[in-house]
Amino acid sequence: MNLRRFALIAVPYIWLLALFLVPFLIVLKISLSDIALARPPYMPQLDLSAGWEGITSFFAALDFENFVFLTTDDLYWRAYLSSLQIAALSTFITLCIGYPIAYGMARAPLEWRATLLMLVILPFWTSFLIRVYAWMGILSNEGLLNQFLMWTGLISAPLTILNTNTAVYIGIVYTYLPFMILPIYAALEKMDESLLEAAEDLGCSRIQAFWLVTIPLSRNGIIAGCFLVFIPAIGEFVIPSLLGGSGTLMIGKVLWEEFFSNRDWPVASAVAIILLLILIIPIILFQRNEQKAREAEG
Amino acid sequence: MSQKVFAPWEDATEKPLIQFKGVTKKFGDFVAIDNLSLDIYQKEFFALLGPSGCGKTTMMRMLAGFEAPTHGTILLAGQDIAPVPPNKRAVNMMFQSYALFPHLSVWDNIAFGLRREGQDKDAIAARVEEMLRLTRLSKFAKRKPHQISGGQRQRVALARSLAKAPKLLLLDEPLGALDAKLRQDTQFELMDIQEKTGTTFVIVTHDQEEAMTVASRVAVMDEGRVIQVATPSVIYEAPETVYVADFIGDVNIIQGRASQDADKVRIDWAEGQPPIIGTTQKTFSPSQTCHFAIRPEKVAISTEQPEAPNVLQGRVIDIAYLGNLSTYHVELPDGTMMKAQTANTRRLSRRDITWEDNVWLSFTDTAGVLLER
Repeated sequence: MNLRRFALIAVPYIWLLALFLVPFLIVLKISLSDIALARPPYMPQLDLSAGWEGITSFFAALDFENFVFLTTDDLYWRAYLSSLQIAALSTFITLCIGYPIAYGMARAPLEWRATLLMLVILPFWTSFLIRVYAWMGILSNEGLLNQFLMWTGLISAPLTILNTNTAVYIGIVYTYLPFMILPIYAALEKMDESLLEAAEDLGCSRIQAFWLVTIPLSRNGIIAGCFLVFIPAIGEFVIPSLLGGSGTLMIGKVLWEEFFSNRDWPVASAVAIILLLILIIPIILFQRNEQKAREAEG
Repeated sequence: MSQKVFAPWEDATEKPLIQFKGVTKKFGDFVAIDNLSLDIYQKEFFALLGPSGCGKTTMMRMLAGFEAPTHGTILLAGQDIAPVPPNKRAVNMMFQSYALFPHLSVWDNIAFGLRREGQDKDAIAARVEEMLRLTRLSKFAKRKPHQISGGQRQRVALARSLAKAPKLLLLDEPLGALDAKLRQDTQFELMDIQEKTGTTFVIVTHDQEEAMTVASRVAVMDEGRVIQVATPSVIYEAPETVYVADFIGDVNIIQGRASQDADKVRIDWAEGQPPIIGTTQKTFSPSQTCHFAIRPEKVAISTEQPEAPNVLQGRVIDIAYLGNLSTYHVELPDGTMMKAQTANTRRLSRRDITWEDNVWLSFTDTAGVLLER
């Protein structure tokens, strides 16, 4: 019995171990190494044939040089900050757009809900890259949006949207909207509508009932949706490089350039490790907080 | 000092708290409430009783403000409540699903309505504590709704709806989710709380026993109309229609032709059978079709031919043993089935009537009611 339970748990854990922890340790190791003109382009290499001495000299050669280097060039922390800002703002915009959609879906007639859900998932049927390219066609100076706005006479000269941060926001919000809608929809759909009637009956206006009942009850969906948008958005590379301009500074782009243009694997790895810490630490703190709240409830 | 019987509906000077005046409610083409007029008085425990889909819940939702009547007016203390939204009505509702806020503790659930009124903290705390004491929930104040039992949740819902001291409390199938034993206890608890707080209660239920137990008056409803409004005993003893007689409790209905002589009516109900003699205040035209309704417990059963105004002979087909009572299903010579009920004052082994026995059924001429329809 215990063995079976163990086997059941072991499968996902071995999967995570092989595909997350091991690569992570390799990246960590590279981030502590030095750049070298060699293949692979870093050193030291672990030389097991030299025995114990090989291992000690391997560890002796590891240092935090690359992390120190990241603090010397303000490009990096500006990239981190700008990524955080873009990710946070786009998460907020996604929430503002996604919540009403999820709310509308959850309140729609039952026979409509499956269709509406399908429509939210539908964009995933085409490649993400193609959809981002499509936005280039829409947002460019001669693009559909500008043509339409000029046709209606709202503007006389085309707006420059492509290759600005605005285009990056549009791209991120568009791409990650389903990840915001789905968990919020799941939370709202479960909600008993008589709770809102009860709130009204007890003296709430509709708006008060929304803030006091609907929002707290969909809190878990909101949190899940925000994580699902914020985490990938912060390290996003494709959207800023295709829709953003030279002024768009995001850590994903910096990482890519370090890795492929400069071939500086150790610095690129250090950038990745810091990014991971930026993401993981708040999540761990948040979860600990949740746990405490649950324990306090008993 | 003689105690005054609580019966404001008999007092012409008494002003009703709630008045339905020609209220009709339509959902599309479906008529949920059909031109209904009804008065409910202060401090009443009023039950709306009927099968599901009879419109009783719609009536309650109109009182709470979640539905508006299509025609007609509803007055609360003499004022038309149509323009008053649910959050401004001095009416609170206890929901069938209880609708407790799952993210709030018992204490906060009860305080919810009070906080909306903007009372100061001490007043809210005092009122919540009072409600917790009234519903015996003080120990559970800190718990969340999912951490307490069904019966406790029911009491939280009651405490929450009573906290604002409404003029009128609506209870939508309040005991539906409880098991039989807890239901009975809770019924008496409800009556007790109703008496202590002096609040007018309107309860919706499809359970006739529940309505009979708790209510001062019962309105029996069917298809959007009120069939009869009366005290439980009048509903039971003097139903006005076959529908009411049949809906409340067990009844034998015998159809026949009436021939009246003053207050006595002779009912010819089958070829070769002695006519049934009944008493009525109504007038039946000669040979008018009428229904004679008699409760099984008013029919006596014996092995010897008794002396009584009505005596019928039959054969025992079935015996339903209920512990305290036994119901005998007796087939009369023409095939009509009639139920007779006796209290089991003796042990089962001493019972002298059994299956296939030929027995005599008897009842007085005032035991049953004569109904036109």
